[in-house]
Amino acid sequence: MPTIDEHAERRSHWAPVAALETLRLRARLLTVVRAFFEARGIMEVDTPALSGAGVTDLHLTSFETRFSGPGSCRSRRLYLQTSPEYPMKRLLAAGSGCIYQIAKVFRNGELGRLHNPEFTLLEWYRLDFDHHRLMDEVAELVAVLLQDFQVLAVPERVSYAEIFQRYLGLDPHRVGIAELASCGKGQGLQIPPGMPTDDPAPWLDLLLSHCIAPRLGQERLTFIFDYPVSQAALARVRPESPPVAERFELYLNGIELANGFHELSDSAEQRRRFQRDQQARLAQGLPKISWDKHLLAALTAGLPDCAGVALGFDRLLMMAAGKSALQEVMAFPLEQA
Amino acid sequence: MATYSTSEFKSGLKIILDGDPYAIVENEFVKPGKGQAFNRVKVRNLKTGRVVERTFKSGDSVEAADIMEVQMQYLYNDGEFWYFMDQDTFEQIGADTNAVGDSSKWLKEQDVCQVMLWNGTPLSVTPPNFVTMAITETDPGLKGDTSGGGTKPATLETGAVVRVPLFVQSGEIIKVDTRTGDYVSRAKE
Repeated sequence: MPTIDEHAERRSHWAPVAALETLRLRARLLTVVRAFFEARGIMEVDTPALSGAGVTDLHLTSFETRFSGPGSCRSRRLYLQTSPEYPMKRLLAAGSGCIYQIAKVFRNGELGRLHNPEFTLLEWYRLDFDHHRLMDEVAELVAVLLQDFQVLAVPERVSYAEIFQRYLGLDPHRVGIAELASCGKGQGLQIPPGMPTDDPAPWLDLLLSHCIAPRLGQERLTFIFDYPVSQAALARVRPESPPVAERFELYLNGIELANGFHELSDSAEQRRRFQRDQQARLAQGLPKISWDKHLLAALTAGLPDCAGVALGFDRLLMMAAGKSALQEVMAFPLEQA
Repeated sequence: MATYSTSEFKSGLKIILDGDPYAIVENEFVKPGKGQAFNRVKVRNLKTGRVVERTFKSGDSVEAADIMEVQMQYLYNDGEFWYFMDQDTFEQIGADTNAVGDSSKWLKEQDVCQVMLWNGTPLSVTPPNFVTMAITETDPGLKGDTSGGGTKPATLETGAVVRVPLFVQSGEIIKVDTRTGDYVSRAKE
């Protein structure tokens, strides 16, 4: 008679979710990525997934864990990285030159057809590039990775203002909440309960993700650039009228693939953004997160002028493999992890 | 008031929206890499059957609907209500036309049906997958044709009309799949 444990073992879905053929494609594309950067003299780096500091970003939730062992009389709180951005910037400040990393990153609460709480991010930084030069390079890499799988037209590059104007007839830099709401309703959207009445940022996210993004990147790469200042994240702000954040996102087949910045290098401004995040977290009842003092110190020491981008490798693989869910290209997604 | 957070959303979950009970049909997590996360759901109104789309900010909560699905025996119809009985407690409740809807044509006295209750009031009635019923009226078929091929309409004791093979006659008992309305076989009472 099999024991209860043996029964459970037999019922368990131990086999990988992704087909072995897809896993071979994953390996092959990783090789292509490494060759691409090798040919450009960009160094691969490896920074820790565990960090003493978390992210203050309102819309990211870090996994927390604790270290107990030598040197920690009380156990020490650690966070799993949501991206390798901060330690990579410390390397840049230390004079590493251009660098890239293929990193496992972790985001709590994110699960769906296009989300798994653990995924692979390809992140790289280029000295003396602005966001436009980096968009050129992102387009080159994606073209190489997808050349055997999808025929793509010439990439298009549209500013955030232009994309809102084109699809919704709105000026995202000046529009008010009432107009955003009526535009959403006009698009057949049921406005979610509890949307803020003073902050346009979640409204812009709502309209972009529901009404615009699904129409972007049809048979071609679509880059959106120059974001409203409220969406600057870690991008530097160009003082125009209206001022814009030198940030970009890449869409293909209606799916967001990458996010990049002409990187903010002003330590004082970075500190202000951390503080602003922290106040907003407090106002929304989110836990206070201690920000990364090492990052601020590195920026003070001097971050070279650079642009950086993070590309969702699993999503790109999903497109190369012709799949429609992230889980189909992962050996063991969350449910089977 | 019981609530569900968006992180508990999955298909089949019963919630209240604008005072009506709904079941989640599909739940999609939508999140810009840097930005507000949303749950975009398709929900079915349990009163009307209509499916609509809604969006919630991830992390928000919605009111849970007190929905119970119970097995109850169908007793009779008084012209306004169809009466069902809980076979354990012998408690009886009446379901109106809105709740019974198209299921009425499959309701045969003493059959056990699934009744969906919202705060104790019937929302919908699902008949058994298979029912046996007498044919009250059908054209006489060809004698000796037992192989089938052709079909003809037959009216059942509840008024339902199904297509039956030509050899099936008036007065016979047949088995019907209520999910498709298809004839399955002849049956013995």
